[in-house]
Amino acid sequence: MGTNEKKDVRGFLEFVYEFYKSMKEHEITLVYEGEITHQITKAFTSLTESNMAKEEESNLVQKKVFHVMVECLQNISKHADDYGANDYLFSGRGIFLVSKGKDEYSVTTGNAIDHTRMPELKRMLEQVNSLDKEELTELYKKQIKEGRLSDKGGAGLGFIDIKRKTGRNLEYHFLPINDVSSFFLLTSTISRNA
Amino acid sequence: MEVFKILGTDDTPGVTLDAANDIFEISGRSLPEDVNAFYKPIIDWMDKYNLAPKAKTIFYFRLVYFNTASSKMLLDVLMKLEELYKSGNDVVVRWQYPDDDEDMKEAGEEYADIVDVPFEQIEIS
Repeated sequence: MGTNEKKDVRGFLEFVYEFYKSMKEHEITLVYEGEITHQITKAFTSLTESNMAKEEESNLVQKKVFHVMVECLQNISKHADDYGANDYLFSGRGIFLVSKGKDEYSVTTGNAIDHTRMPELKRMLEQVNSLDKEELTELYKKQIKEGRLSDKGGAGLGFIDIKRKTGRNLEYHFLPINDVSSFFLLTSTISRNA
Repeated sequence: MEVFKILGTDDTPGVTLDAANDIFEISGRSLPEDVNAFYKPIIDWMDKYNLAPKAKTIFYFRLVYFNTASSKMLLDVLMKLEELYKSGNDVVVRWQYPDDDEDMKEAGEEYADIVDVPFEQIEIS
């Protein structure tokens, strides 16, 4: 039994090393799994800001990364209740990753969503990705006006903002978890040569 | 009218609404945990102010960052100023932005498009 335990620990530590190498390969600078709260949002944005400042990233790039991180994190925390009944991945939880490559930063989020929400999410993302700069500005203005009138209005404002700030399409993917929910992955890319 | 003043933090803006001294401004960063709770007292103050406004109201926005959730609340504030203007009062919005911040400049232009109130853009170096 003693040897078995030792073997398990060793297996786990080897996994940690593989995990570390894999993070390096994918140039991941920050990874988090758990509940996304306002405190977490503040901690991650300030950590990333100070790292970027240290690395003398341009102000413009720093601002864009900050914008994207805030909107992505708030998307997860805001919609936490929508899949509260889910038994596989818990309410308000998700995965959050920041990676830094030679030419770009990317911010990725993953969280479980109820299948009933998928069509609307897909519709919003497809719409945002299909629009050019001027069209996005018009949609943004329309959405903040509607958002004033009801809490439900203004949906997708975060997605619109991300595409406007980065000038890049949002990449997304839905992976089925079970009959009622899927894992929703979203990646935003910020050019470092902006 | 009572003075409304809160100091800015790293996630909430500084706000001063002081009718007696003609100081009306919102500055800094806005990404409060609960945007509705944060902006409600500001809107309430403006509702009261609009009942007995000064001859001229110059409202300064000196923001360096706001999230999309705050953008709706800022529009609420601007709508109050529009209300004041449309009821025949002298109102000016001064939107100040850092000279290297194209996005904040554009945000001002967009608000100017949405609300009907005299709007001045001021670049700060």
